Amino acid sequence: MDHPIGLQIRGGTKVYPGTRALKSVDFDLRMGAVNVLVGENGAGKSTMMKVIAGVERLTEGTVLMDGHEVQFNSTDDAARHGIGIVFQELNLFPNMTVAENIFITREKTRFGVDIDRSAQRAATRALMQRLEHDIDPDTPVGTLRVGQQQIVEIAKSLSQNARILILDEPTSALSAAEVEILFRVIADLKRDGVGIVYISHRLEELIRIGDYITVLRDGAITGARSMEGVDVPWIVRNMIGEASKDFAKTEHHPYGPEIFRAEDICLPRIGGGLAVDHVSLSLRAGEILGVYGLMGAGRTEFLECVMGRHDHARGQFFVEGTPLREKDVAGRIARGIALIPEDRKNDGLVQMLAIRENMTLSSLGDFTRIFHMDLAAERSRVADFVKRLTVKIASMENPVSSLSGGNQQKVVIGKALMTKPKILLMDEPSRGIDIGAKAEVFRTMRQLAAEGLGIIFVTSDLEEVMSLSDRIIVMSDGRITGEFDRGTATETAVIAASAVGHAPAEILEPLA
Amino acid sequence: MSHAATHPPAQAGSPNLLLLILKARTFIALILVFVFFSIAAPNFLSAANMVIMSKHVALNAFLAIGMTFVIISGGIDLSVGSIVGLCGMVAGWLVLYGVDLGLGWSIQFNTLEICLIVMLVGMAVGAVNALLITRLNVAPFIATLGTLYVCRGAAMLSSDGRTFPNLNGTAEYGSDSFRLIGAGSFLGLPVSIWMLIAVTLLAAYIASRTPLGRFIYAVGGNERAAALSGVKVNRIKLFVYMFSGFCAALVGLIVSSQLVASHPATGDTFELNAIAAAVLGGTSMSGGRGRIGGTIVGAFVIGVLSDGLVMMGVSSFWQTVIKGLVIIAAVVVDQAQQKLQARVALQAQAALGK
Repeated sequence: MDHPIGLQIRGGTKVYPGTRALKSVDFDLRMGAVNVLVGENGAGKSTMMKVIAGVERLTEGTVLMDGHEVQFNSTDDAARHGIGIVFQELNLFPNMTVAENIFITREKTRFGVDIDRSAQRAATRALMQRLEHDIDPDTPVGTLRVGQQQIVEIAKSLSQNARILILDEPTSALSAAEVEILFRVIADLKRDGVGIVYISHRLEELIRIGDYITVLRDGAITGARSMEGVDVPWIVRNMIGEASKDFAKTEHHPYGPEIFRAEDICLPRIGGGLAVDHVSLSLRAGEILGVYGLMGAGRTEFLECVMGRHDHARGQFFVEGTPLREKDVAGRIARGIALIPEDRKNDGLVQMLAIRENMTLSSLGDFTRIFHMDLAAERSRVADFVKRLTVKIASMENPVSSLSGGNQQKVVIGKALMTKPKILLMDEPSRGIDIGAKAEVFRTMRQLAAEGLGIIFVTSDLEEVMSLSDRIIVMSDGRITGEFDRGTATETAVIAASAVGHAPAEILEPLA
Repeated sequence: MSHAATHPPAQAGSPNLLLLILKARTFIALILVFVFFSIAAPNFLSAANMVIMSKHVALNAFLAIGMTFVIISGGIDLSVGSIVGLCGMVAGWLVLYGVDLGLGWSIQFNTLEICLIVMLVGMAVGAVNALLITRLNVAPFIATLGTLYVCRGAAMLSSDGRTFPNLNGTAEYGSDSFRLIGAGSFLGLPVSIWMLIAVTLLAAYIASRTPLGRFIYAVGGNERAAALSGVKVNRIKLFVYMFSGFCAALVGLIVSSQLVASHPATGDTFELNAIAAAVLGGTSMSGGRGRIGGTIVGAFVIGVLSDGLVMMGVSSFWQTVIKGLVIIAAVVVDQAQQKLQARVALQAQAALGK
């Protein structure tokens, strides 16, 4: 099939103070096809897309559309040329409803003033139907889960009838079934001749969905070709310039005794029903327990219950056989439970504080005599963890917001480890970080397990849960719907269990 | 300064030097104000004037210290001015009447006891603020606006709007030393200045060397993340509002002692001066950032500016205008500093080669 080139960048260079984010790149965007863009964090993918979407302007070089040079001075400019973008960071108004968010700045009006709510609602419902999601147009976006918010963002772009649609990591918060739905929507759009740019860290996914691939490294394009014959090692080679790091299990170690048990945990959901529905599980020292499930399956809520975030949760927890009576987070940390939250930016870090201050926030008691903090001891402890977790930092006094996603995640992990936990809860530990950092995070997890920690980690990445877990628990609709040992788990069985009581059967086709 | 701030990359060879200047801006401003007035206003540099001026500054500085903690924690305390008024009235009442038990006799207190009771009253109002905010989920602005009115009204009610005069105390009850809080001096410095030094050191120590201080910054920077890290957010808030109330109570004591009288309208709009001093000192209104040292310097800039202008004979209307302009300029420069600082950090990070 022939795919005409809809947009080109020629000799595109973008200089930020101190860095060259793009080094003279040539990029072709083909219409009616999925143009995949891949590279490590900071490789320049997002910068290039911001140029196309009119957020940033090139320092040198030109953007051509249909052979004519174009200049986008704003996102409005780009939108007028039919370019829509779904940013990695969600740009939604939490207090407005789904419908209001989708039609923001393009409200459907009567006589140019009066907002036609019913028309917006109907259009939103149609969009949601197309995306196969049952989200009420009148729900405030803030009450939706991150994955659902991403769906709203995608709906917003669809509503603009974009000719070129840029999706920056659209699947990072979606579960397998939702990814399937998204892929079907993408196939539809392709058929309509829309040019799609697709950025993701999930390589298997890219190979499946992509028609053309462009690999970026340090602001330069290191590989660009049609997707035929591309495999994961080829992408990785171009991305990081060396052979793939495998994060599969390397050493085997015996498990210790049971270190943690949850009995009959229930958490009522707002609007009725149970978000966590009679969940019981146990964890042994040195074991990595993977919890897989669709978005909204109650995985995150379960971890929050363990951490003491929901005081109306019922059920009992046991740490090393003794019941966990502490109600608040501090008490639970003291008992040896630590959480690495899903939403790094909002739940994991205090962005304006220094790296040092973030890392020690949960364990300040270790440096404190009565009320006096020993800052020197604190610094040496942080330096120790920075080295151990190979966090790349210029200075531990810099604000944590100056770090890339992967390094921020390592700071969060460092903070959790500093509390000397016995049980580590990790919610989507690899979300939004590049493949190099991911491998390091996984290696750290294995190492911690070998040291005798019990780890419960939640993920929507099938490959991750299959290769990293000693045991897999699948949740669906707040309940445990499957439990597999390392040896017996198959992808098909795990996916089938994750969809119990969910979605129609045709989504359950195993992944290719 | 503002000129340099708008073109930092072109003119300043090293952004680090510029950053240093920007960081010390309030201090530089203080020096400039000082130099200006010592030239423009006669007697400005005399020892007597210095003492008078620092007494003025101290009142605002106490409130500003308490306010700084509250703002760093992400809140605001509008009630401090009213707490000053209320605490002044409580002090006056205790000195004049003691506590009447209704049996024909009353309990009289000595100066130390009076001070302790007044401080407890200030801290109690702060605790009410904190409970409204944490337990009942009232926005800090509204909660403290409410207590502002309640305290002011209570102060008025205590005397029907009249002044408690002649707070000389009685030697018999040990309250005759009440005057010394405002009028006494030790090693050549007024007692109120010694108190300010003590409170400043205490607050600066809490901010930089105790977990409590670190938690205040964390709560203001990101309350959710702080809570998930095991910080007891409600307790931290209880502390900052009670500390703010405590500072206001000190001011109430000092004012009523200095004037040897207490008037229920004392402290009106003091909260705004306190906020201004904190902001001038680099405290961010969105929480998570600020320093006690900066706030003290900020309080001095405002105090020196207004006293100096009075000595120069500038009309009070112009004084108000100038004060407003200084505050706005401070925040504008603060924004420039934040931008530059973020860029320097990013560059250092980029230099690592990711």
